[in-house]
Amino acid sequence: MPAFLFKRLLNAAGVMLAVAFLAFLIFRFVGDPVELMLNEQASQQQRDELRVRLGLDKGFVLQYATFVGNAVRGDFGISYRNQQDVFTLISERFPATFELVLVATFLSLAVGVPLGVYTAIRRDSFVAKSLQFVSVLGVSLPSFALGILFILIFSVTLQWLPAFGRGEVVQIGWWSTGLLTASGRKALILPGITLSLFQITLVMRLVRAEMLETMRTDFIRFARARGLPSRAVHFGHALRNCLMPVITVTGLQIGNLIAFALVTETVFQWPGMGMLFVQAVTFVDIPVMAAYLIVVSFIFVTLNTLVDLTYAWVDPRLREDALTGGANAR
Amino acid sequence: MKKAWLLAAVAAFALTGATEAKTLKWGAAREIASLDPYSYGETFTLAVLNHVYEGLVRYTGDLKIEPALAESWETVSPTVWRFKLRQGVKFHNGNPFTADDVIASLARVTHETSPLKGNLPAYKSSKKIDDHTVEIEVNGPYPLLLNDLTNIFIFDKEWMEANNSLLPTDSGKGVKGYATDNANGTGPFKVESRRADAKTVFVKNPGWWDKPKHNIDVIEFSPITSSSTRVAALLSGEIDYTNVAPLQDLPRLAASPDVKVMQTNELRSVFFALNLGDKLIESDVTGKNPFKDIRVREALYRAIDIDAVHKRAMRGLSRNTGALVAPAIPGYEPSQDERLPFDLNGAKKLLADAGYPNGFSFQINCQSDSLVNEEEFCQAVAAMWARAGLKPNLSMAPRSQQTPKRVKGEFDVISFGWANEPMIDAYSILVQVLHSKSGTSGVFNWGNWGDPRIDALIDKAGVELDTPKRVALMREALKIAKQEQLFIPLHQQPMAWAMRNTVASTVQASDNKPRLWLTVMK
Repeated sequence: MPAFLFKRLLNAAGVMLAVAFLAFLIFRFVGDPVELMLNEQASQQQRDELRVRLGLDKGFVLQYATFVGNAVRGDFGISYRNQQDVFTLISERFPATFELVLVATFLSLAVGVPLGVYTAIRRDSFVAKSLQFVSVLGVSLPSFALGILFILIFSVTLQWLPAFGRGEVVQIGWWSTGLLTASGRKALILPGITLSLFQITLVMRLVRAEMLETMRTDFIRFARARGLPSRAVHFGHALRNCLMPVITVTGLQIGNLIAFALVTETVFQWPGMGMLFVQAVTFVDIPVMAAYLIVVSFIFVTLNTLVDLTYAWVDPRLREDALTGGANAR
Repeated sequence: MKKAWLLAAVAAFALTGATEAKTLKWGAAREIASLDPYSYGETFTLAVLNHVYEGLVRYTGDLKIEPALAESWETVSPTVWRFKLRQGVKFHNGNPFTADDVIASLARVTHETSPLKGNLPAYKSSKKIDDHTVEIEVNGPYPLLLNDLTNIFIFDKEWMEANNSLLPTDSGKGVKGYATDNANGTGPFKVESRRADAKTVFVKNPGWWDKPKHNIDVIEFSPITSSSTRVAALLSGEIDYTNVAPLQDLPRLAASPDVKVMQTNELRSVFFALNLGDKLIESDVTGKNPFKDIRVREALYRAIDIDAVHKRAMRGLSRNTGALVAPAIPGYEPSQDERLPFDLNGAKKLLADAGYPNGFSFQINCQSDSLVNEEEFCQAVAAMWARAGLKPNLSMAPRSQQTPKRVKGEFDVISFGWANEPMIDAYSILVQVLHSKSGTSGVFNWGNWGDPRIDALIDKAGVELDTPKRVALMREALKIAKQEQLFIPLHQQPMAWAMRNTVASTVQASDNKPRLWLTVMK
């Protein structure tokens, strides 16, 4: 196990280094922050001075080396735009994104699992077929269109829910939460649903497929033969056997949700990391963009590594495969 | 801690007990960079922070310079200005405002690592005469010091010392500052709380030295980047006011009984600039640059049906112009505002005369996120030029991608907008855009369009302290540029504010800066 652990961690570190390189490479071509940082009055000399001060006159390799060296120490530098520590900026925005993702994940399970069970059990009914059809629409409708549609209906026409923002938040240490105030909970509803819709359909389809598979197995037949009520068969036996893959996928999707919250955050002016990133792109705030990409990739890599480790812990065969290189054939 | 709670309770009680507090909820299109006005040279950030901080002088609602923290001023010599400071002014923390504060603030803003250094280009040094008199020395005779000082805000020296903020923040050395998240000015509003990207709350400063024309107690500033969300928030009553109402939504907003729209034209003039270097970068004409021929430039000008651009691309909201500066800018001359008439056959004939009967190809570099409806008007003009027999190729991309190419001169035609802010004087466009690249001049002369006659006039205007003479020099320079058709003017771009009927009146100037200290609520 220690050898396997070491190998997995080494893999993760390699991925992170590659991500850092790509992030850096892309931003070389994004544009020139100096032109966007100075206003109409600045002279050429001031432009040149700023370029030197930001280290943009140095060679690519040197800039990258400095960047990685600092990033390892958790130092992503100072934002070009507002002159604040980038890591602080991101950690201030993290709670907002995390709570949004949490609500979306909760919704996707709370709605997706029952729907999946229903469409599996009554798969020939009209309702189940309609649900299948609607879920295709749910996947293909872009979330910004959906968000604006929700805003038009629930904010402008019905005036039930706020169109933007996070409402009142309560500060607990460095964590800010909107879950403890009425306006904060209200503000979570629309963006939460918008973000979770894709996820709901994913969970629903997954549960349906797994359920159909399980329902065909012998132990369900035996359970029926024993005369157990169908509620116990469906939920006690069948569903329980389907949950493992659902939980795995949900866990892995958290990374995706954090990354894709970007669009939802822009529509609802949700003050999370995605919003920060979009602003940084507009102003070519390279340190913020680079740090965001690295933090999000870090979350991805960590989740994936944890899932791999858990699997390996559960199933010893995977460990040996990984060490002999057989795992690559998966 | 207990005391703080008690105070808060008393304050809350006092608020509910008094007549209800008037709160203006302001939905802006973007977030301000920070609470430190010196941290980022951006007009919008400065405009918002102007509610908290003030300069020695300020612009009135119709863009005239009036005294603010300075009561009066005189020139002691062509290079030395003496300012009499206003007495009895207090910072938000209660400290008195004195000459030391002015000197420390000027030192901070002109420090070599200050991002705002370019806003006070002529500054040399300052000297305290007594507690309420300051002398500022400039590098040479410089007529625009007052214009520049409208945007140099004054900090409290003691406060900066106590919080280690005497020097500007520095992204190169990783120096960050207390002033980024905290503020202490003399202005009509104080910062009460700030959550970046979410909400910044300003409350009325009861000790403001000026007699308030506003009746606002609280301003809640929220950035809402997505324009449809901003419009929805206004329609649903979640915000009272926005300073950026999207043009395509104006009819819808105006149709709502609770919302009114204020629309006018900005200071920013939009024109096309041509690459006048030795050759074009993307063209079937090689070895020479057709744009160097004035007949070709005139043909491009005459081929533009400006009324169609105005009606279609700008939705009837822009102001067509023949001049390079807006009417509110000193240096503007009504006779220069006449456009060459739209004349397609004339354009074709001019092209044929110049030796291009079948036209030629070139690239137009436009930005998708910079000027108002830039994509629309660039497409419209490209189509018009194609009708005149030319073969324009439109390159459209975000500002962050186009800017580096423009700066390096890798373009044939660019869309260009210049507002002359923050100085509000034609000298800005003259020295930065029209002047040949030399020394500190012509930073934006990206297409090599200089002219020695124009340069001479600009250089003279730059040291002329007599205003009428100076303006005459600038007009002369602009006139030559017009005769030579160095640029192809289009319009002053539109701007629109929208507010709910909770807002009784406000002042909208063409610099597009909200001045909520001149705003009255119902």
